[in-house]
Amino acid sequence: MNLTLKIWRQKGSSDKGRMVTYRVEDVSPDMSFLEMLDVLNERLILEGDDPVAFDHDCREGICGMCGMVINGVAHGEQKLTTTCQLHMRHFKDGDVITIEPWRAAAFPVIKDLVVDRSAFDRIIQAGGFISVPAGSAPEAHSVPVPKADADAAFDAATCIGCGACVAACPNGSASLFTAAKITHLSLLPQGQPERESRARAMVEQMDAEGFGGCTNTGECTAVCPKGIPFDTIAQMNADYLKAASK
Amino acid sequence: MAVTGAVLVLFLIGHMLGNLKVFLGADSFNHYADWLRTVGSPALPNRTLLTITEIVLVVCVALHMWAAVSLARRAAKARPVKYAAKRKSQANGYATHTMRYGGVIIVLFVIWHLLDMTFGTVNPKGGDATPYDRMIAGFQPDRWWVALFYLVAMVMVGLHLRHGLWSAFQSLGLTRRPRVRSTLQTIAVAVSAVLVLGFVAAPVCILIGVVK
Repeated sequence: MNLTLKIWRQKGSSDKGRMVTYRVEDVSPDMSFLEMLDVLNERLILEGDDPVAFDHDCREGICGMCGMVINGVAHGEQKLTTTCQLHMRHFKDGDVITIEPWRAAAFPVIKDLVVDRSAFDRIIQAGGFISVPAGSAPEAHSVPVPKADADAAFDAATCIGCGACVAACPNGSASLFTAAKITHLSLLPQGQPERESRARAMVEQMDAEGFGGCTNTGECTAVCPKGIPFDTIAQMNADYLKAASK
Repeated sequence: MAVTGAVLVLFLIGHMLGNLKVFLGADSFNHYADWLRTVGSPALPNRTLLTITEIVLVVCVALHMWAAVSLARRAAKARPVKYAAKRKSQANGYATHTMRYGGVIIVLFVIWHLLDMTFGTVNPKGGDATPYDRMIAGFQPDRWWVALFYLVAMVMVGLHLRHGLWSAFQSLGLTRRPRVRSTLQTIAVAVSAVLVLGFVAAPVCILIGVVK
């Protein structure tokens, strides 16, 4: 199939950037979205142009590197799917596809579709860990965890930190990411000693990074490729309120 | 946002129950209005309850609007470069998208409503008539557009509460488990629906002549 792509091109962080239109021909429906961009890039390189820069790594939907806003939807309209796992069979011949980077003040564009997500790392550094003596793994049954808690903690822990939640949020909020990281530790026994200081530090770091405030629109969880539950934001709010009331 | 909104919802419940007294006749309605002014008398001066309510409401509305404006400003700052493609909502929440402009419509409605029913400035009977007469005169068929404005405003209030109530539960951290979440979702829908129906009942019944 033949497609028209409208892609955000930006030489660097100081460049203003603009949308550029490209034609891509003979796209196979079996290609992934990123393979389709690879085809475009190979042609651009042969023609002596600068290829479109985009983040990617594992290309199996588990690393959290890739991500672009496709026709106004983070990771495209396919639910529970990262950009690398989105396939061209979901598009049809003659489609015009708009491709943009995550848009957030806290995620400055480095080049084209690549954004700097270090803000997420700093939120994790603020408290997204447990302080325990490192060493060999303890016997698994020494600390019992109820099955329901283990499942909910695991659901939250599947967050790959891609940033789609921020990209989709009308407020540019990072609440779903931060909430996933807070919830996955606050549901487990190992997370209890630092539970309140963690919630407080991570929420304050999230605000300091310049993300917007949550108004519970639910756009984040709807585009999340890992389906992080919206309940995690309630967990974050509960932990934060408890910490703030002390 | 959540706490001030909760206070406003409690007021709406009381206000709606008071309104429904219009169906019990002029005496019941006027007596209730009079009671609101004299409750606690003679131990307390007249209008004690009303004055406290008015102060709490003004403070809550002001803080609620301040919170909304600061959230909107933070949102604008958090995304300085807008998307070129029209963003399609992936979450199915129509009510969510009405919150900001809906809030403005509700404020405009409250101003009209106070001029109409409290001060009587835009009411055909004026401020000196009994509360019952003011209410009946306000929604006569020749003033159908007033009743229509009230209907539209109440639907806006309903949508505002539909998202607002559930959002308040979420902001206060009450919706941590799926079962509790769905119960609170149902409560949000039910309270919004009951309030809208309770509020539109009086204007509609007066408009079609059931209440005279």
